[in-house]
Parts: sequence; structure tokens; C-alpha cells
Amino acid sequence: MKILVCISNVPDTTSAINFTSNNTEFDTNGIQFVINPYDEFGLTKAIKLRDHHGGTVTVAHVGSASNEPTLRKALAIGADDAIRIDAAASDSFFVAKELAHIAQGYDLIICGRESIDYNGGAVPGMMAELLSLDFINACTGLSIEGSTATAEREIEGGKEHLSANLPLIIAGQKGLVEEADLLIPNMRGIMTARTKPLNVLAAQSSEHKTTSISFEKPAAKASCKMIEAGNEKELVALLHQEAKVI
Amino acid sequence: MSVLVFAENWDGAFKKGTFEAVTYAHETAKSLGLSTVAVTIGNLSQDAAQLGKYGADKVISISNSMDACDNQAMASALKEVAEQEKAQLIVVSNSNTGKSIIPRLAIKLDAALIANVIEVPSSNNPLTVKKKAFSGKALEIAQAQNDRCILAVAPNSFHITEIENSATIESFDANPTNTNVSSTNIEKATGKITLAEADIVVSAGRGLKGPENWDMVEELADLLGAGTACSKPVSDIGWRPHGEHVGQTGKAVAPNLYIAIGISGAIQHLAGVNSSKVMVAINTDPEAPFFKAADYGIVGDAFEVVPKLIEEIRSFKSSN
Repeated sequence: MKILVCISNVPDTTSAINFTSNNTEFDTNGIQFVINPYDEFGLTKAIKLRDHHGGTVTVAHVGSASNEPTLRKALAIGADDAIRIDAAASDSFFVAKELAHIAQGYDLIICGRESIDYNGGAVPGMMAELLSLDFINACTGLSIEGSTATAEREIEGGKEHLSANLPLIIAGQKGLVEEADLLIPNMRGIMTARTKPLNVLAAQSSEHKTTSISFEKPAAKASCKMIEAGNEKELVALLHQEAKVI
Repeated sequence: MSVLVFAENWDGAFKKGTFEAVTYAHETAKSLGLSTVAVTIGNLSQDAAQLGKYGADKVISISNSMDACDNQAMASALKEVAEQEKAQLIVVSNSNTGKSIIPRLAIKLDAALIANVIEVPSSNNPLTVKKKAFSGKALEIAQAQNDRCILAVAPNSFHITEIENSATIESFDANPTNTNVSSTNIEKATGKITLAEADIVVSAGRGLKGPENWDMVEELADLLGAGTACSKPVSDIGWRPHGEHVGQTGKAVAPNLYIAIGISGAIQHLAGVNSSKVMVAINTDPEAPFFKAADYGIVGDAFEVVPKLIEEIRSFKSSN
């Protein structure tokens, strides 16, 4: 089975988010970049599927050379090879189109449900449309038997069990594998990752459909009003009279 | 030309997110001088004409029944309607279903797509709109390059307004492209309020010490008509289902009231909840970061504070 895992390079979840150049650019100063957490579940799932069924796992990424440590980490975790499309990820459409260009011929394409930076959540669905593939969003469970996939997805207030055929594209999240089962690089993996193929390709176009104009930080909260333990009655009164939320 | 809004239904009934999206579409259509056309898919248990109250001038009812998992069929049916109605703008709720459909629809219609918007566009030409970014840690002003654009409205971020208006209803027979994905079973948490549409969310963390202690969280939630949520560590250990995990890598929520019990308030958790209008933190540790983000706080043991809070809310409810 040929599996493609699309990964984003995002600020670590502990990062404080700031902007520079008159709030038009994300301030990368002091930021540690990691594999997008949603993609990490997909990567581990892909490696487990390959180890069980045979085949290969390729990771693909749209971004500059400075993002290569993230791809090397994916190789160290167990992917067989990597593709980097050498371009700034200008918007979802651009990324989806570039990824779709190299995504032909795979049995299974796994993306994260969204990236934790721009949260568009559009790349996997756009790839599905561009490649005329079936698509399962918010996927929380997947097993493959021959060319049949059995999957689970999150729906409003519950979950849905699905059956589908390969080739297929999914946008996954926690549940594909559990947090405790996420693979982390070991020393041997880190050593072999250095010699695994990482192919750099030029972008096919520069077309994009949205532009980021500027950023803001959410307004800071006024200070917290403290209520003595034992005086819960006062909290209820404040929520009713002052905050007017109950 | 028109503004088209996908009026999503769950098992035939509209929910809050639908009315938010229709109100949003109507407000935007007004500023563009266009009419608002709502689209429904499948059989409804409610009167579609009620969408008029939120500003729809016309409701197009696609009678074909479609599985909610069939994003291909839904996107192709919406495309047909968008073309018939010459829709310049398409509005959806940023729900699981909405998010599954719009990327396909954007490609089919060669439209720009901006998700997680929280305000009506500040400018219509080019379309410029504010959205959430960095999982709630920041806001972004985004601009569409194309004339045609799809906007997905973040749940609970846009106020519903009702107006004097009635909508006409037209039926539409679509020719959808179907997928090979089929639904085999749906497991619904019965009687629970979904997090996406909850006005109040009661959330708890590791401070509760074990899954057996969630009874009081659920009791408080039932009393308030609230949804229940949890922190990431709690869902990682398996004390609570994944679907309840709110935070940067879980769900983002934006209720009127968020009550955090035994949650320290790590930056990742706050990112997913900081759009809540009012936040209450209950924690034993006076230094817990949540007290810097909350509006009201109680330093105390959850096992003492929560039962008393339940008692006080019960007596408040019975006297109001």
C-alpha cells in the first residue's frame, strides 16, 4: 500500500503568538516549529498501516528549506521518503493544488483535520476535489482490509461509522491513534533519517485565492474577580446580575 | 446575484449554527444590496419558511436525500444551486458538515474560501473579513482574491437577530455526484447538548482526580443546560471521550459562560476557550494561570466548591 502523509510545520502548542512588521507577519523569533499535532496522529497511523500491510509511507510538505528539520523528524519517526515543494504556503488553495500535483497514484492520503496556525481545514477537502477522490473529514478511526476502508468520523454530538473504498483521502485527528501510541524518533531512526530521500520540487504555479492582510491579538481580559470559597451564592448572583449569563 | 446560505439541518431540524449563518448572510447581503437565498438539503421536520425570520428571502429546498457523510453529493448539489442563483457569496456554518463540504465547493466554483469568520466583512470589494487564527490565540484580517467567495461562520461568534420577514419556498431537484463512502452506523450521545452549540459549557480537568468524580460535573451541566467538556490530559488518559477535549488541539468553543473546574489553564487550553464571553475558574492553586484569563474565580477544593455551587444554582433556579 502506498500512503502519502501531508504535513504542516507549525509553532509548538506552547508558543505565545506575536506579530511583527506592523502586525502583518507572524513573529518567528524564539518559536520552536513542530509537525502539526493533527498530522502527527496521521503519520503514526500511516506507519502502523505500512508495518501491518507492507508498502511505503511518503511525507509531503509545502514550505521553505528552513522547514526541513520537521520533514527529517517525520523520516526519523519512520516515513520512507519525503517530498518538499519549495514555496511559501500562501493559502489553502495553493497548498492543496501543489500537493494534489504530487499525490497521484497513492492508495491512501492522510492529512490532519486542520493546521493549528491558520486553521483553514481546507487542504484535504480541496485535494479530494482536485484528485476526484472520496474524502472523510474529522476522521477518528481507520482500518484497511484489502481495498476496503472502515472508518469513524466525528459528527455533531456523536460519531459515525463509515465504509469506503481505496483510494481515499482522510483528514484525521486524535483517535486515529491514541496520544500514548504516538511514535517518537529513536536514535536509530534519527541516524537513518539522514540518508533517506528528501526530494525538493519546484512549485507548479503561484496561484492563490486569499491573502492575509494583518493580525490582531484577542483583547486582554480585565482582572479576575475573586470570590471566597464557601460564598458560592455570591458567584451565582454575579453571574446572574453582573455578567447576565444565567 | 445573491448571497447563498447553506441552512444545515441535523436529522431534519435546524440548530443555532444555522440561524447564525442565515443572520450573517442576511447582514452581508444587505450591505451588498443583494437578496439572501437559503438552501436546505433533505427532508425537514421543521418549517423551512422560518428561515425568513433570520433574513432569508427565499428558501431552496433540495429534496434529494443525502448522507451527511457524502460531502461529494452535498457540494455538487450546492454548486448547482449557487450557479442557478448567481451566488456571489456563499455562507455556511463552520460545523463538521460545513467544513467537509466547502473545500470541494470552493474548487468546483473557483471561489476563495475563508473559514472561521467572526464578523461580517469590513469591506466588500475586495472582500475583507476578520477570522480566528492560531487556534484562538490571534485574529486575522483576510482578503479574498476572487469575486466569488465562501465564508464559514465560527459557531457562537455571531449574534442571531430576528426580523419581520417571510421567505418563499422553492423545491430543487439536484443531480448530485455520489461517493463510495457510506454510513454504516451513527452513535449519538443522546439527550446531551453538543459542545458546538452550547450556550454554557462546564469543563473539568485533572483536578477532579478520576473519571468516577464526573457525576458532579454532569449534575452542574444538567442544571445549567450546559455541555460538558474536559482538558487534554483528561481525554488523553481516557477519563473522558475525545469529543469533549477543548483546547488548541481539540475543539474550540465560544459559549456565553465557560466554567473550568480543576483546570490549571495552560496556554493550549486557553487558546480553545478564550472566545467565551464569561469564564469562571475553580482551582485549589491560587497561582493557576486560569485566574489570569477568567472573569470570576474561586480558590478552593472542587469537591467542596462544586456541590455548594450546585446547591446555590438549584435554589437560584427555583426562585427565578
